[in-house]
Amino acid sequence: MTHRSDFAYREHYKPGNSLTALAFILPSCLGFIVFFAVPLFRGIVISFTDWDLLCTAKFIGLENYKKLFLDSEFWNSLWVTFQYVLWNIPIQTVIAMVIALVMRGIKSSSLLRGAMIVPWLLPNVVVALLALAVLDPAIGIVNEGLKALGLHPLGFLTTTQLAMPSIAGINTWKFMGYTALIIFAGLQAIPREVEEAALIDGATGWTAFRKITLPLLRPVLAFVIVTSVIGSFQVYDTVAIATRGGPVNSTWVMNFFIFKNAFEGYQMGYATAASILLFFLLVGVGFLQIRMMRAGESD
Amino acid sequence: MTKAKWTSKLPFILITALLLFISLFPVYWVVRMSLTPNKQIVSGSATLLPPSFTATNYQRVLGLIDSATAVKLGGSGQKINFLRFLFNSILVSTIVTLSQVLFSAAGAYAFARLRFPGRDKIFSLYISALMVPSIVMMIPNFILVKNLGWLNTYMGIMAPALLMTPYAVFFLRQFFLGINRELEEAAYIDGAGKLRIFLKIILPISSSSLATLSVITFITQWNDYMWPLIVGKDEKVRLLTVALGVFRSQTPQGSPDWGGLMAGTTLAIIPTLMLFIVFGKRIVNSINFSGFR
Repeated sequence: MTHRSDFAYREHYKPGNSLTALAFILPSCLGFIVFFAVPLFRGIVISFTDWDLLCTAKFIGLENYKKLFLDSEFWNSLWVTFQYVLWNIPIQTVIAMVIALVMRGIKSSSLLRGAMIVPWLLPNVVVALLALAVLDPAIGIVNEGLKALGLHPLGFLTTTQLAMPSIAGINTWKFMGYTALIIFAGLQAIPREVEEAALIDGATGWTAFRKITLPLLRPVLAFVIVTSVIGSFQVYDTVAIATRGGPVNSTWVMNFFIFKNAFEGYQMGYATAASILLFFLLVGVGFLQIRMMRAGESD
Repeated sequence: MTKAKWTSKLPFILITALLLFISLFPVYWVVRMSLTPNKQIVSGSATLLPPSFTATNYQRVLGLIDSATAVKLGGSGQKINFLRFLFNSILVSTIVTLSQVLFSAAGAYAFARLRFPGRDKIFSLYISALMVPSIVMMIPNFILVKNLGWLNTYMGIMAPALLMTPYAVFFLRQFFLGINRELEEAAYIDGAGKLRIFLKIILPISSSSLATLSVITFITQWNDYMWPLIVGKDEKVRLLTVALGVFRSQTPQGSPDWGGLMAGTTLAIIPTLMLFIVFGKRIVNSINFSGFR
């Protein structure tokens, strides 16, 4: 983060200016320290304690982490979360890519771009309720459609096999337009001539896309995938409303596990320890992804 | 347009139509269900328009019908007062937006323009906070709010977002960096202080960025569920999203009160859609990744 060093501004650098600056950043710094920085450290400390909020917290070292390691419910939540991410990310990214290409392909895409952003603007709670209504086995319009086509109605959110893919599908619906817009912005930055030159040289559309557009789009896709993976691991609202972790724990994702332990079981230490593990997991996944994206750059 | 060109455009037109349908139809369907009498929802007639229109679902969730009539119409008979929750959501979202955008702007201005020791270090701390999953901060924040006696108060719901979010500071700093310095320098030479420059030059120039951020902040706050669920379950301060969750968990599994649920859902969508109609283009244009490059 280098700045243009500005002569006139360097002259103003006096101790008094630091005081002015302090006045400007004080409110936001206060918010940052009180609600971001301190809670993060406090969370780490709480994770080493046994605490039900009523008695005083008791320091128990790594006990919570050991217990988590042996807790099959925790491992289940980890597995279920991975399932969600594996369903959600590839489908969402590919669909968003296609939508972005369509947006580029039509002359005036403002109507499409506007409409595609609507699901992203809706509250997660609303999206979940909407999905419940549309996917309901008895009255849902999707199942009405399946019946009209002569197919059997499906229990999208009520069977263990379909619940997680359905949740992933619901959130894909919510985020595909938003993701497509980011990719579209990236596509706009690539001059069309580069691709057209390849087409004139006899490349097929698909080859031109794969060999030219896709590599140029790599930073955008890296950004999109890293941020949506980080978001995906934190899925909560949709699950809490649409399936409540069920049926039979099949959508019992990590945030749900943490939430239940903290605010229904009042095991603050245990829940916080799980949240810290989620944090480390995300840091690890983030690094891995960035390294993989870099490694691919040379080809 | 030649015939060949037209046919090559056809797949695009079809896909566009399909995409418009996929993203908008479910929203339409919620509104359609909210206007249908409960008995006709259950009978499952899938007509594009409701078999008969009714406003009773809305009257019910807004608490305008007595409970005996509500039961007859397919409700649970429980007293639901979405008017209150609607008010709470509007109040909380408005205050958070005004306060967060103002203080974040002040911070962003300092990070973009003022020189002080540790500036870039503090800023990169802000940015790294974007990576931390929100649940990690949520539990300690809950304890803090509880100890302050702010559980089930507006203050408790608003507190974590009132002064800043890393995103807001980041967004505005990015914009401020792009403002031409000459204007500020001219004002400085004329003897204007930093505060005057900020209020009289920076903020007015950035009005469109501030508006975009305000809309996004408002919608984010409006949509928030987990935090207000933890600290504001009490009916006095309950937000619309939390109320919808409670409503959903109270409806019987076998025969949910679909009409009521969908009326509540539509109420939660309306402000978002209104903002979208007015500011939609701005939001769409603000979505890109250039800021992170």
